[in-house]
Amino acid sequence: MANREPAKRGAERQQRPVENQGTETPVSKGAARHKVGIASQGRSWLRHHKSTAKQSLLRLLLTPLPSVMTLAVLAIALALPGLMFVGLKNIHQLSGEWKGDPRISLYLQQTLPAEEAERFSQTMLLRTDLAAVELVTKEQGLHEFQRISGFSDVLAFLDKNPLPAVVVVQPLDNQKAELVALQAELNSLPEVEEAVLDMVWVERLASFVQLANRVVLVLGALLALSVLLVVGNTIRLSIENRKDEIQVAKLVGATDAWVKRPFIYTGFWFGLIGAFIAWLFVQISLLLINTPVGELAALYQSDFELQGLGFFDSLSLIGAGILLGLFGARLAVGRHLREIEPQ
Amino acid sequence: MIKFENVSKRYPEGHDALRDVDFMLQRGEMAFLTGHSGAGKSTLLKLIMLMERPTRGHVSIAEQDLAQFSRDDIPYHRRRIGVVFQNHQLLFDRTVFDNVALPLHISGYDEDDIGKRVRAALDKVGLLHKEKLNPITLSTGEQQRIGIARAIVHKPQVLLADEPTGNLDPALSEEIMRLFMEFNLHGTTVLIATHDLALVSRMPYRNLILDQGRLIDGK
Repeated sequence: MANREPAKRGAERQQRPVENQGTETPVSKGAARHKVGIASQGRSWLRHHKSTAKQSLLRLLLTPLPSVMTLAVLAIALALPGLMFVGLKNIHQLSGEWKGDPRISLYLQQTLPAEEAERFSQTMLLRTDLAAVELVTKEQGLHEFQRISGFSDVLAFLDKNPLPAVVVVQPLDNQKAELVALQAELNSLPEVEEAVLDMVWVERLASFVQLANRVVLVLGALLALSVLLVVGNTIRLSIENRKDEIQVAKLVGATDAWVKRPFIYTGFWFGLIGAFIAWLFVQISLLLINTPVGELAALYQSDFELQGLGFFDSLSLIGAGILLGLFGARLAVGRHLREIEPQ
Repeated sequence: MIKFENVSKRYPEGHDALRDVDFMLQRGEMAFLTGHSGAGKSTLLKLIMLMERPTRGHVSIAEQDLAQFSRDDIPYHRRRIGVVFQNHQLLFDRTVFDNVALPLHISGYDEDDIGKRVRAALDKVGLLHKEKLNPITLSTGEQQRIGIARAIVHKPQVLLADEPTGNLDPALSEEIMRLFMEFNLHGTTVLIATHDLALVSRMPYRNLILDQGRLIDGK
């Protein structure tokens, strides 16, 4: 926006009102008109940026109460999507761990003798499209069932083992179509009673993650919009408060860019500081839930570790805050500054 | 320097503020603009400042027709004009020095240059020793002089004033007028709108008289 100003000034100088024509007049000898060189204007432009940035920040700090209120709203509106994003990231990580190895469980015919089951698993081992084959014999199955279910007493009443032998195979190809084809093929083998693809829950998880993604996106967009509105409204009030100054500045020849600059910087600071506080909120929240999550993971014998924002995502959060601040300020400035003209 | 050619201004609500105003002010000339309130004095000054555009006719400053200036050109046009408006007074959130320095900051002067020029302007209006004060602590007359210092700090080609002696007693008014005369002696074109006819009659300058939007004398 404003950074093309000096070049434009130089280029359009000819058509512009001639500021320093007075030097041509003989009467003006005593009062040589001022000239402002392009270089001096460039320096002054940079200096104005620096001093405006500084003064906008000072102004923010000089009115602590309203600034803190606005910043708190911004920080919360930015921290919520931040936290949701971290949650999503962790769910992704969890689902990623399992998604990698879909298995097909081949429940063998109940009548198949143990040696046949053994031989069948050997033939499976020879197949080139399987990464791993594991035979769970009837006895092992029963044993495991007793251990996990706690129905050992009930099972003792049964006169024979009701469980079939199971061959769990892990296909090499994880594409869904390939998996389904393989499942059908294995299903048709005479030894196999039923081939079950352990993918339903993977699919459920995947669609759940997708839904969560969408929800985070929608809520994030809404919260971003609220950041825009909060910044916009704050800037609007600030423009209203400095109406006199804007009118005087326009009267003595301030360009629109010059008048806008302090407000754009105010938006920038709100965005930056708001996002930084939001980042702190997120980090503190993560610290608070880290211990319980660790305990929960330990109960599931998982070495799952809660992921934080990380460097890149932290930068993204701050960057998003700054952009929203700048954009909110632009909106307010574009709408309200033109209306203020010296009367 | 200032040229009005058959200028009329009608406001949207139908009020004719100026009708066929036609006059010319030479470079380095000083003139008064008088008339009852509502006669169109302020409108005339606003047309020069491009705060308003004429409904008909042409206004030229330094042989440039103002009609050719787009909205983006207006700031650059205003930088060559100094203006003392009664209702555009000083900013009370900064010192006298910073008030006077505002036009220089806007035009992009170097920092040390600004210091020199602001002090020169304050010296001219006799208030150099008050540069660090907040203008709210100054008297009306002093505030008016600070306003004048702000109007002349960038040595404009044209100096406009709207009722610069409005709330001042005769002695102070005289003093302010002497300031304008002094700037005029240095080559600045000066146009002062005022209703202080007694003061005008004591000064040897041209008097443009407006009556209900028409220029009835002083062409």
